[in-house]
Amino acid sequence: MTVLHSAPKYASNDGVVEALSAALGPMLISATEQHGEVVLTVARPEIANALKLLRDEHEYQQMMEMAGVDYPSRVERFEVVYMLLSVTKNHRLLVKCTASESTPVPTVTTLWPNAGWLEREVFDMYGVIFAGNKDLRRILTDYGFEGHPFRKDFPLTGYVELRYSEEDKRVVYEPVKLAQDFRTFDYMSPWEGSDYILPGDEKADAPPVAEKKTTDSPEDTGADKNTDAKAAKKESPPAPAKDEKGDKA
Amino acid sequence: MSMQLEQSPTTGDEVISNYTINFGPQHPAAHGVLRMVMELDGEIIERVDPHVGLLHRGTEKLIENKTYLQALPYFDRLDYCSPLGMEYSYVLAIEKMLNIEVPLRAQYLRVFFAELTRISNHMMNIGSHIMDVGAMTPNLWLFEIREDCLNFFERASGARMHSAWFRPGGVHQDVPLKLLADIGDWLDTRLPELFEDAMSLVVDNRIFKQRNVDIAKVSREDALAWGFSGPMIRGAGIPWDIRKSQPYDVYDRMEFDVPVATESDCYGRFMVRVEEVRQSAKIMKQCLAQMPEGPIMTTDRKVGPPKRAEMKTSMESLIHHFKLYTEGFHVPEGEVYVATESPKGEFGVYLVSDGSNKPYRCKIRPTAFSHLQAMDFMCKGHMLPDATAILGALDIVFGECDR
Repeated sequence: MTVLHSAPKYASNDGVVEALSAALGPMLISATEQHGEVVLTVARPEIANALKLLRDEHEYQQMMEMAGVDYPSRVERFEVVYMLLSVTKNHRLLVKCTASESTPVPTVTTLWPNAGWLEREVFDMYGVIFAGNKDLRRILTDYGFEGHPFRKDFPLTGYVELRYSEEDKRVVYEPVKLAQDFRTFDYMSPWEGSDYILPGDEKADAPPVAEKKTTDSPEDTGADKNTDAKAAKKESPPAPAKDEKGDKA
Repeated sequence: MSMQLEQSPTTGDEVISNYTINFGPQHPAAHGVLRMVMELDGEIIERVDPHVGLLHRGTEKLIENKTYLQALPYFDRLDYCSPLGMEYSYVLAIEKMLNIEVPLRAQYLRVFFAELTRISNHMMNIGSHIMDVGAMTPNLWLFEIREDCLNFFERASGARMHSAWFRPGGVHQDVPLKLLADIGDWLDTRLPELFEDAMSLVVDNRIFKQRNVDIAKVSREDALAWGFSGPMIRGAGIPWDIRKSQPYDVYDRMEFDVPVATESDCYGRFMVRVEEVRQSAKIMKQCLAQMPEGPIMTTDRKVGPPKRAEMKTSMESLIHHFKLYTEGFHVPEGEVYVATESPKGEFGVYLVSDGSNKPYRCKIRPTAFSHLQAMDFMCKGHMLPDATAILGALDIVFGECDR
């Protein structure tokens, strides 16, 4: 496929997949190249060894980033992705392994000190445990936070909200109360409309009422005979007379 | 009558134990909401534990619930000192997955405004770094330049800070010719005048040097291991600039130098940024000289919206417009990691698409995360007031760090 985009151009991927597949050997599960990115999937217990090999023998000196991804339908639902950069070969590499809530991933803090916070973040957001990380505290969420917010089954609104309570003189946590119903728009099919009800739409399907409240005939108004008689008069009373000065008489 | 001298309570062999202090979260030199738990031995820093996340807004989760185009303005709000630098990685990541061609004029405009962003970002950082170590005046002078930059952004996009101007496939609107002419004049006259004036106050200033030279030295090996990027890695003596080594858009047509510090201290990092401002101005002048006329958005109507006038006469355009702003475009399945040289360092976006109109996962690689993490090893053994100088030279913004 010809490259039309103008995203960063690093050294060619030619032969990289073959060379690294041979080097990683049985540690490697799969190696692909898509959208111009080399992605290596490595067996979880071997991830630290594989990354050490890539760092020491293949010049991928820097680990720029680590990301967790959640695929709830898979058996091992999480993926941990390591973005490697070689400043000498001018090349980038994505290395990943799968994990579940109960299967710890070997830490790479022994290889790169900046993995410490990155592993803490993946743990905080997804609940992936890193075996060997000595400081696996939460990092981005609140002190005392419960749950792992970036999992796909964690609601976007969260569970608790906080405010300053004047009575208690401190910040209090309460269950989330939404002033307006949470709305998700399904833009995939704008022709068919959304699956929630717009205000007022609920009346469209309401059953017809037994007694209509309309004023089709004079009896329907609910007024008595006297009022009806007055209403039948077509003339309105004359305007009050005025004297020459314009004052009322 | 004899004088009774009062005994000092601390004389003698008393043991002073280490104590722990809180630096921030409300500290003017913390550059936002940073809380650092510091363990001190007298005035020497023994250990620093930065607590981040006080500005965590769950941007990545919000992006998963928006279409690709709706998610774009979130990037302005990450590093609010250099909004266009943040948008850049995101639009390039989408373009890489879609594999679409961006018109040449749009590429020049993006490089041009990304460099203007770099100047405005460095004005902020250089100024506040100087102020953190005690000088007031240069900061005020540099803000004058930053104010000019923000006015230019406003004239290009309508917003001073949160531009949302880079779009997948190009830029949102073309710029008026007068704006380019005005920026050209500004680059020739006002910028060098004001900037060199302010720099003449600090670069050879004795107090400034005493506060920064030989503070927080980082070796090349450490800089690589800690995942440094941008001015931090160049400050450690490694000539690494993504604009140069992995050029995107028209950076490969630009002629510019990559400044590298010889002494990897806070002063070196500061001077790298000072030189980068001059190099950015040089790139912008080249853009002005080379920029062609032409479209500013891809003509692929499945990605770039049609012109308003076109929609008045063409049914096809009307449908495209409607579909783009309701359903949005679909991005082919796969994953990419795209990193650009933002003013603060490598800003990356790891985008996973499941083929729908919303990103399945969008991991943002902030520059500050790796740099701030190194705070502990950089501060160790330094004095308490050095912590502000180190922090100033890191160039950290919490909108980006905490996401």
